[in-house]
Amino acid sequence: MDPLFDAMWPSVRLTLELAALTTLLLLIVGTPLAWWLVRARVWWKEPVAAIVSLPLVLPPTVLGFYLLIALGPDALGGLIGPAFGLRTLAFTFEGLVIGSVIYSLPFVVQPLRNAFAAVGDRPLEVAATLRASPWRAFWSVAVPLARPGFLSACVLGFAHTVGEFGVVLMIGGNIPGETKVLSIALYDFVETAQWREAHILAAGLVVFAFCVILAMALIEKRTLKAGA
Amino acid sequence: MTQATGAPGTIEAAFSGRIGAFALDAAFSVPARGVTALFGPSGCGKTTVLRCMAGLTRLDGRCLVDGDVWQDARQFRPAHRRPVGYVFQEASLFPHLSVRRNLLYGAPLVPPPRSIAFDEVVRLLGLAHLLDRGPHHLSGGERQRVAVGRALLSQPRLLLMDEPLSALDRATKDEILPFLERLHGALDLPVLYVSHDMAEVERLADRLVLLERGRVLACGPLAALQSNPDLPLATTRDAAVSLDGIVESYDGADGLIALAVRGARFLVPAPPGEIGARRRLSIAAGDVSLALEMPRASTILNVVDARILSVTALRSHEMTLVLGLGADGAGDRLLARVTRRSFVQLDLRVGLAVHAQVKGVALAAAGSPPAGVSGA
Repeated sequence: MDPLFDAMWPSVRLTLELAALTTLLLLIVGTPLAWWLVRARVWWKEPVAAIVSLPLVLPPTVLGFYLLIALGPDALGGLIGPAFGLRTLAFTFEGLVIGSVIYSLPFVVQPLRNAFAAVGDRPLEVAATLRASPWRAFWSVAVPLARPGFLSACVLGFAHTVGEFGVVLMIGGNIPGETKVLSIALYDFVETAQWREAHILAAGLVVFAFCVILAMALIEKRTLKAGA
Repeated sequence: MTQATGAPGTIEAAFSGRIGAFALDAAFSVPARGVTALFGPSGCGKTTVLRCMAGLTRLDGRCLVDGDVWQDARQFRPAHRRPVGYVFQEASLFPHLSVRRNLLYGAPLVPPPRSIAFDEVVRLLGLAHLLDRGPHHLSGGERQRVAVGRALLSQPRLLLMDEPLSALDRATKDEILPFLERLHGALDLPVLYVSHDMAEVERLADRLVLLERGRVLACGPLAALQSNPDLPLATTRDAAVSLDGIVESYDGADGLIALAVRGARFLVPAPPGEIGARRRLSIAAGDVSLALEMPRASTILNVVDARILSVTALRSHEMTLVLGLGADGAGDRLLARVTRRSFVQLDLRVGLAVHAQVKGVALAAAGSPPAGVSGA
C-alpha cells in the first residue's frame, strides 16, 4: 500500500466514524432538548440554554480538563466504563464520543431551536384542532417544517466534531486508531517535520471547511426561498 | 361516555380570566344547530372565546357541547380530544403537504357513520382542480376554502370559524361567501362564526352573541337583537334588520320576487327562485320612512302596514322607531329612522298604526339558511 495513505487513512477513518456517531447522538439528544427550549414555559429554561451553549465560549482545554476528570476511573468513567469492558473512559474512543457530543451540542441545539421557533404556534394549533396528538403533531408538522434546521444541525455538528482539537488532546491523547483524529495527526506530522503529509491534511481540511460553509449558505438560501 | 351534565342540543360556554391587560367574563348558551355569530368590535374577546372553546387557550370556566363536558371545574379536555373544526383567520395550511394531504390530515382512518365525505367537501368547496397542488400555488380564497374543507373532514361536531374572511379582499370574500352559504345549507353542523362585519353576519348567521369589552351584551335570534333599541346594533349609522321570508311568486318581466315575512309581503329584485324557498331580506333603518295615510302614487314599491312598538331618541335630531309589521303590529320587527321634526309634526307615538314605506330592500343571502332558523 501507499505509505502516504497508510500514514493518514486510520486518522481519516477514525475522524469520520467519530463525527458520524457524534452527529447521530447529537440529533437524538439535541432534538428533544431544542424542542423543550422552545416550548417549555419555565424560568430555568434560559439557564439550561446557557449551560448548553458554554462550549461556544469556553476554551476547549477547560472543557477537556473537566471531561478528563469526569471520564476518569474515579468518576463517571469508572461507573460507565465497565459496561464497555473498560476501566476508564479517558483515552478511549467511547470517551471521545462523549466529549464530542458535549462539545458540539450547541452547534446542533441552536439551529434546531431556531427552526422549531420559526415553525411557531399556529401549525401546531391547527394540528391539535385536527385531532393530532402532540406526538403526532411533532413528527408530522414540526419536524418536516424544521427540516432546514435539521440539515444545518447535521452539517454543523459533523463539521465541528471533525475540527475539534483541544478537547481531544485533553481526553483522548494520541492513540493511533483509537483517539488519533485528523487534527491531532496534523499536529503530529508537524512535530515530526512530515511536511508533505501535513500539507495534504491541512489542505484537505480547508477544502472540507469551505464545502461546509458553502453548504450552509445554500441551505439558508433555500430556506429563505421556501419561506417567501 | 363522558358524564353528561350539559343539556343535549345546546352549546353552553362560560369563561372568565385575564390575558395580559384584557379581562374576559363571557357566558352564553345557544342551540347546537345553525350558525351563531359571535359579533362585536375588534378586541372584544370574540377570538378568545372561540380559542377557549377549542381548548387552545385555557381560562377558568365551563364548556358543554351537546351533552358532552369539554371543560368544567374538574376537567379540561385538551384541544386534540375535542371534536371541533377550527378555521383560523389565515388559512394556515401545512406548507409541506399538498392540498389533498392537507384535507385528509385530520380525517379519521375509519370514518364514522353519517360522516362528511371527501368527495362532497371537494364538490361543495370547488376544490377538485386544486387537489394535487401545494398551498403556495393557491390564491388567498382558494387557501381559505381548503382550510374550511380540512376542518370539515376532521368530522367535527362543532365548527368554529374565526373571521375566516377578514384577511381577504372584497372580491375574494364575495367568491367564498356563496360556498359558506352552501355549506350551511347542506350540512347539519352547528357553527360558531366570529365576525365584526355585519354584512357577513346577515348573510350567514341565524343567531347572535353580542360581545363588548369581554362581556356578553345579548344573545338571541339575529333579527331580535338587531331590532332591540337597547342594544348598540339598532342605533348605529347603518342599523338594519334581517327578515327571513318565503318566496310566494316570481315576476319574470320585472325581475321581482314576492317574499312573505310575518305580517307583510315584500317585492324584492332577485334572480328567479323556487316558490316556497327561503330568502333573507335586509332592510336598513334609514331606508324606512313613515306615512299616516296610504300614499296614492309613489315610486316606492313596498308600502306595508305596521304599528309603532317603541321610540328611542338616537341623536339630537333623529329617532329610532321599532315597528311591528301587520295592521296589528304582531309580525316581524322593522327599524325606522325618522327626524325628530317629522316625529313631532306627525304626532307619532307608541301604538300608532302607520304605513311604512321601504325604499331599499335587498336579499341578504343568496342561498337558503338552514331550517329551523327564522324568528320562532
